[in-house]
Parts: sequence; structure tokens; C-alpha cells
Amino acid sequence: MKKVIGFVGYLFKTVVMLSIALVFLMPIVLTITNSFMGTAEISSNYGVVFQTTQSGAKTFIAETVNLKFIPDMVSFSQYVTVLFKSPDYLLKFWNSAILVVPIVLFQLLVASFAAYGFSRHMGRWRKFIFFVYIILMLMPYQVTLVPNYLVAKWMGTLNSYLSIWLPGIFSPFAVYMLAKFMRRIPTSIIEAAKIDGAGEFKIYSQICMPICTGALFSVAMLVFIDYWNMVEQPLILLTDEEKYPLSIFLSRINSGEVGLAFAVATIYMVPGLLLFLYGEDYLVEGITNQGGVKG
Amino acid sequence: MKNFILNRYKNNKRHYRLIFKSSLFLAPSYLGVLIFFVIPFMVVIYYSMIENPISGSFVAFENFVKVVGNNAFMKAVRNTAKFSAIAVPLAVVLSLALAVVLDSRIPLKSQMRTFFLSPMMVPVASIVLIWQVLFHYNGVINEFLQVFGADKIDWFKSEHAQIIIILLFLWKNLGYNMILFMAALGSIPKDLIEVAKLENAGNFFIFFSIKLRYLSSTILFVTIMSLINSFKVFREIYLLTGDYPYDTIYMLQHFMNNKFKSLDYQMLSAAAILMSIVMVILVAIMFAVEDRYGRDIEG
Repeated sequence: MKKVIGFVGYLFKTVVMLSIALVFLMPIVLTITNSFMGTAEISSNYGVVFQTTQSGAKTFIAETVNLKFIPDMVSFSQYVTVLFKSPDYLLKFWNSAILVVPIVLFQLLVASFAAYGFSRHMGRWRKFIFFVYIILMLMPYQVTLVPNYLVAKWMGTLNSYLSIWLPGIFSPFAVYMLAKFMRRIPTSIIEAAKIDGAGEFKIYSQICMPICTGALFSVAMLVFIDYWNMVEQPLILLTDEEKYPLSIFLSRINSGEVGLAFAVATIYMVPGLLLFLYGEDYLVEGITNQGGVKG
Repeated sequence: MKNFILNRYKNNKRHYRLIFKSSLFLAPSYLGVLIFFVIPFMVVIYYSMIENPISGSFVAFENFVKVVGNNAFMKAVRNTAKFSAIAVPLAVVLSLALAVVLDSRIPLKSQMRTFFLSPMMVPVASIVLIWQVLFHYNGVINEFLQVFGADKIDWFKSEHAQIIIILLFLWKNLGYNMILFMAALGSIPKDLIEVAKLENAGNFFIFFSIKLRYLSSTILFVTIMSLINSFKVFREIYLLTGDYPYDTIYMLQHFMNNKFKSLDYQMLSAAAILMSIVMVILVAIMFAVEDRYGRDIEG
């Protein structure tokens, strides 16, 4: 009898978890499948959602929203338009890339230096400084954007990408993550290299970096997705809407080319999803490594 | 200078050389953090206590009083506090529940982990459309509700707007928290659980008296991260509803954006300082609580 109850529980648990998991996946899947709809199909299904900006002339718009998993007719027309006919979206995508990639690369470079410094020696002063880094890391954008804005004003970099790049590059997040990881590298390896005559830079580049490849990649993913998502910084630091990344532009797509929206949204997801598919294990390892502020 | 130090502390020569050399590695980051965060933050503190940058006359806490007396600010504080007070505990408890179930005997573990984690790597801007379609007045959710005889709900323009934001927040953050909890669950010593089982301890006892205590530092971390992320929820709200959201989802970031537009530095500075103080106090309280609760484990 006990076995039967155990099996029912097991089955119940599985079904519940599977359905929750599917619900989690649904918004992503729906966005992707809907991007393969033709314009007519989209406006007849979802037209009412964006009605405020469309004239009532289009009578084929249904009263209700018809959510569809699979389009009636698979069409690549949206992608063709996005990729070849209306360069606006690609430009915004390019803006996003230009904004995010330098931040990821240079933040990792600066942070890997700093983390190495912290891992080689941690005196009383450095402990205090590291604590300051943690406090800074915990501050929400509402707080850090004010100093960022002031610096950008003084340096005359408002409305230029530098105003977003520079604070991003020196953000303490990656330092914290990498320092936590590097502390675990056994000192015996480093001592051995020293006896063999390696200088500090050589130890950093030839020994520390190869050991940290996985950690670097996982931190890169976390930094990338955080900035790929950015909304607050461009809204405040950039005045020229031409320079906005796709993340903000996507929310304004309603006015007009509704049909394209899903295709653009899907294209915008691709870099994150590719990174995720390729590096899920790194990501999990990185998150796990993050746990426990005290470290 | 370097030589001077080395001569004077000949015994500690190696030690000081190490400090010096590692300082070179730290220099770029120190400099950047100093220029872009610490110094301007000092200026923000200064700005929060003067009347205006031109006259520079010292007014002590007048700006803070003005901010606290500002209706929009207080509305934003109330909404943000309410949101965090609901969303953060939910995010912690639900992700812990997911982690516990995934930690037990269940098929398709790694696939489910992937499913739960995937929202984290998807930019919010991309899935906002689907949320608009789902929660539209004539949308799927409302139709579903009507099947059960419930009234249609105007999700984005009513008290219910906060529910959508909480759902979106949970959707995005549960996977991340779950991973942290799964790692912590995996590190609980197995023999401890075995002994408890041998002594006929029930599952509830094992969970609440043994596992939870081992998880306390992770719970602290997850709570802090969820709190930080709950302050970031402006992104979701902005992308869903634009510049003018419904009253109940007017957040602190909206207030700050408006003040940036009018370039009211005194307001901005005072608000930022207040927020950072609250943040530090909250984190300190959480550390103190964890310190008491998890003391006997970590030692």
C-alpha cells in the first residue's frame, strides 16, 4: 500500500513540475512560433491589442485576441522584412551590440586584474575596499544612476555611449564574482610557478586565466544578459533616441509594424538563448559560485 | 619610494613586494570605482545638503524633508515597498519549493532545470509582447476567467497591474534562485539526513530542523538578490506600459526619471541617499538575522 501511495505521489509531483516547467517555457515558445506568421494573420489575431494606434478602417480585426501556438501558414516574410527591407531594426540591434560587447569584454579584463590582486593579498585595507565593492554591487540603479549622470555631465559624455560604457566597465560585480573564484586556486600552484621564476603577470596570464576560463565565461554571461536588458541607463544618459538600444525600441514598436514585432523580438532573444544553450552548465556553475555573500 | 620601503623592511621585503605588485593589478579597478562611483557619490551627499549648486548654501536636512514630503516620492516608495514585500518572499519560498522537489526523485531533472532557467537569459523586451497579448482586456487570460464565470479584468489599468508585474518578476527570477537552492541542498551532509531517517525523523522534521538551518546563508543570499532584482522591476513595467503606468505600479525609478527630466539635483541626490541608507539597513538586518539563526552551523 505504501508503495502505491509513493508511486502516486511520484506521478503527481512529476506532472505538476512538468506543467509548471512548460508554463515557464511558454512565453518564449509563443514569441518564436508567432514570429513565423504573416502580417495578415498577426493583425487578425492580435490586432486588437494594438488597436489604439491603428485606425478602425481595418474591419478584419477580430474583437478578441486569438492566441495561437502554431501559425496557420508558416511564413518567413517578417524576417525578410526585418533583415533586408527595413534597416531600422538592424541598426537598433547593432546599437545594442555596440553598447553591450565592450562593457562585457573590458569589465572582465579590469575585473580579472583586480580579482587577481585581491586573491594575492588580502590585508585589512583590502578587506575594507572589497566590502565597499560589495555595497556598491548591492545598490540599485535608482541610486547609482545619479553619480553616473553627474560624472557624465562633468566629462561631457552625456548622450554618448561613453556615459554607459565607462561605469559599466568599472562595475564591481565581476570583480566580486571572480575574486570569490580565484580565492579557491591553491597557493601551492602559484608558489611553484614563482620558484620556477614566473613573474606576477606571467602567473596571472599563464596560470590563473586558464584555470578561470569557465568562471570568466559564466560571469560574461551574467554581465551580458544584464546589459542586453538595459533600459534605465539609456533612458537617462542618452537623449538622442536614434542611439537607443533595441530593448527600448521594441516596446515602442506598437505604433505601426505590429507584424514585425515578434520577428524582431525573436532576433533579439537569439544571442542570449545561444549563450544559454552553449553554456548552461557554466551559467549554473557561475550562479552557484555567486551564492553566499560572506564567501 | 619603492626602494625606501624595501630597505626599511628588509625582513618583510617579499611581503611588501607582493603588496606592491598586486596593487598594480588592482589599480585600474580602484581608479575606475573611485572616479565613477565613490567620488561622485560623495558629491551626491554634498548636493543633498545644499540649497542649489550655484549658491552652495548649506541647508542640512531640508532637502530630505522636502523629498519625504513629496507626494509622488511617497507613492513610489509605497508601491516599491509593497511590491518588494510581496514579490521577494514569494520568490524565495517558491524557488525553494521548486528546488526541493527537483532535488528529490523525479524524472527529466536536467530538462526541467533548463526550462526554469531559460527565462533568465531571455531579454524582457522580447517577451513583453506575449504578456501584452495574454493579459489584454480581450485576451486569453480574461477569456479563461470568463469560462469560470468571473468578470473580465482590465489588467494593465487597475489594481491588478501589480499582479502581472509580480508574475513577470517570478517568471524571470525563480530559476536563478532555484539553482542557488539546489546547490545548497546538494551540499548538506548526506550522513546527517541518513542518521535522522534511522532515528525515525519525519520528512517535515528533516526539512525544517535540519535542511533549513543548513540553507540559512543561501536563504539570506537569495533574499538579498531578489530584493536587488525587485528594484530592477522598473524595466518590466516600463516596457509593458511605457512612460505613464497605472498608479499602483508607479515605482521609484519612475520618480527618478521625472526628476532627471527636470534636472532637480537636490531632489535626486536626497532621494538617492535615502534609498542607499534604506538598502544598507535592510541588508544589515538580514545579515543580523542570519547570524543568529545559522550560527551553530557555520562554526
